[in-house]
Amino acid sequence: MEMKKNIKLDNKIICDIIERESKVLDLGCGDGELLQLLTKEKNAQVQGIELSEKAIYKCVEKGVSVFHGDIESGLNGYPDKFFNYVILNQSLQETRNVEFVIKEALRVGERVIVGFPNFAFIQARFRIFFKGKVPITESLPFRWFDTPNLHFLSTTDFIDFCRVKNITILKKFYLGRGKAVKIMPNLFAHNAIFVITLRRMK
Amino acid sequence: MDKHKSLGITQTKYYTFAETPNEMPLESGGKLGPITLAYETYGELNAEKNNAVLVLHAFSGDAHAAGFHKGDDKPGWWDDMVGPGKAFDTKKYFVICSNCIGGCKGSTGPSSINPKTGKPYAIDFPMITIVDMVNAQRQLIDHLGIKKLLAVSGGSMGGMQVLQWVASYPDMVCCAIPIATTLKHSPQQIAFDEVGRQAVMADPDWRQGNYYGHKQPERGLAIARMIGHITYMSDESMEEKFSRKLKDSNYSFSFKTDFEVEGYLRYRGDSFVKRFDANSYLYITKAMDYFDLSGGKLFPAGRKINTRFLVIAFKSDWLYPAYQSKEIVHELKIRRVEGTYCEIPSTYGHDAFLLEIDEQAHLISHFLNTAYENL
Repeated sequence: MEMKKNIKLDNKIICDIIERESKVLDLGCGDGELLQLLTKEKNAQVQGIELSEKAIYKCVEKGVSVFHGDIESGLNGYPDKFFNYVILNQSLQETRNVEFVIKEALRVGERVIVGFPNFAFIQARFRIFFKGKVPITESLPFRWFDTPNLHFLSTTDFIDFCRVKNITILKKFYLGRGKAVKIMPNLFAHNAIFVITLRRMK
Repeated sequence: MDKHKSLGITQTKYYTFAETPNEMPLESGGKLGPITLAYETYGELNAEKNNAVLVLHAFSGDAHAAGFHKGDDKPGWWDDMVGPGKAFDTKKYFVICSNCIGGCKGSTGPSSINPKTGKPYAIDFPMITIVDMVNAQRQLIDHLGIKKLLAVSGGSMGGMQVLQWVASYPDMVCCAIPIATTLKHSPQQIAFDEVGRQAVMADPDWRQGNYYGHKQPERGLAIARMIGHITYMSDESMEEKFSRKLKDSNYSFSFKTDFEVEGYLRYRGDSFVKRFDANSYLYITKAMDYFDLSGGKLFPAGRKINTRFLVIAFKSDWLYPAYQSKEIVHELKIRRVEGTYCEIPSTYGHDAFLLEIDEQAHLISHFLNTAYENL
C-alpha cells in the first residue's frame, strides 16, 4: 500500500476508470508505471507501446510487456475491438497524425482514454496575454524550441473535435494541482482526461 | 552482481536416440537414425523441473555455450550471458545448450559415419530442416525429464529454432526469446547462403562431397566464411575496426594483403576451415533457407498461445534487419500474444547479439525473472 502515496493523479484517475481484468493497451506507456499499477490493482492484461529505448528497459524491469515502436505504426495488426481500453495519456499531442491515431485507437479499443495538457489553462492565458510569450506551465513545461508537443489544444477544442468526428464522450475529468477541478474547467484545469468511444450512449 | 563469475570447467555430453528401427522421420520425407546430439548443461534442475532454459546457437556454433573446456583459454560462445549472476543465471536456472543435427560439433551430420555403409554420410546425408533440428532437441528435452521449458532463447539461426519450438511444441515453451532473427529467410539471405555454397562446391577439393580421408575444400569454405563475416558486421563497425589501415606502411601494388580488413577476412576464413566441415556448411545453410514460418505458420489457427515473447533486434544488423523482428511482433499482435520487443542501438551489425551484452542481459534477466516468479 506504500506505493499508493506516490501514484500520480492522472494515473490514479485512469486506474479508477478501468474495470478489473480489462485488456489494456497503453500508447506511449513511458516507463510502464501506469501499466504496472493496472496489473497490480486491477489484474488487467496490459501491453505497452513506447518509442524510447531507455523506457523499454524500465518497463521490462517492472515486468510490463512493451513493444518498441511509434504509436502510428504500433496499432497496425491488432484485431478490431481487441482491447477494452486504449490509453493515450500525454502522448496524443506528440503524435504527428492525431486523427489517424484516434481513429485507430477507437478501432482496436472499445473505449479510449485520452489525457492531455490544457493549453487554455489560466496561467497559460496570462503568459500569452500579459507577457506575449508562449505558455510554460506545470503541464506544458517545455520551451518553444525543445517541446516534443506537436499539437496544442484546450479541453474545449477536444470536445469540439469529438462532436465533429461523431465520437461520444463518456467521461470527463479535469485536473488541477493535485486535485479535481469543478468549475470552469477550460480555464482552471491544466490537464484533462476524457473517456471516448464510437458507440452511441443509450 | 557477481557478474564476472564463470562456470569454471564445463563439459560436452552426448545423447544418442532414434536407433534402428526407430529412426526419426524428417520434414523432407526421409529418416535419420541413430542420432547423437551434443549438449551441455549448467546449473541444477529444481525439484519441480520448471527452471529449465534451452539456449540455441547460431549457424556455426556448438553446444559449448559457457565456462571453459579443460585446457582452453577461451570460454564458450555465450559465456557473457550464461553463468552465475548473469542473464541466464545458473544459480537460478538449469541452462541447456543443444547442438543441432547436420553440424560437425559432436552431433550427427554429414561427416558422421553412416551405419549402413560404415563410411561418412557425405552428401548421402538426408536434407535436414530447422523443424528436424527442433524435433531432435525435443527428444533430448524428454530424455532430461523436462515437460515444459521456462524459456527457449537464441540468436540468428538459434532464434529460428526458438520460433520453431513455439510452432512445433507451444505447450512446452513458457517464454520465447528470439534474437536478431527472422520468421523466414529472405531472398537476400538465401542469396548470400547460395554464394557460400557455390564457393564450397566450386572447389575441386570438394569432390562431390566425398572429401573425407582427403583434405577439406579449404579455399571454397574459407571464401564462404569471408563472405559470411562481411554480412555479420556493419559498414560502421568495419570503419571503426579497420578503416583503411594497412598491414605495412605502404601499398604493395600487388595482390598481397594490403589492408587490415583483407588480412582479417583471410584469417577468419582460414581458422574456420580448421573447425568446420564443408558439407555441414552446405546442409545447415540450406536448412536456414528452407525456414519459413510466415503466413500464420508460427501460430497455427485455432491454437491458444500462452507463450510470452521477448523479441530483440539490433539497429545496424542488415543481415537480419529489425524489420524482420517486427514481422514477428506483427504475428504476436494478430494472434493476441503478449510480448516485448526492443531494438537495441548498436553499431556491431549482426554480430551484436554476441557483443552487446549489457542491454541484452538487462532485458533477458528481468524478463526471465518475471516469468519465473509468475509460474
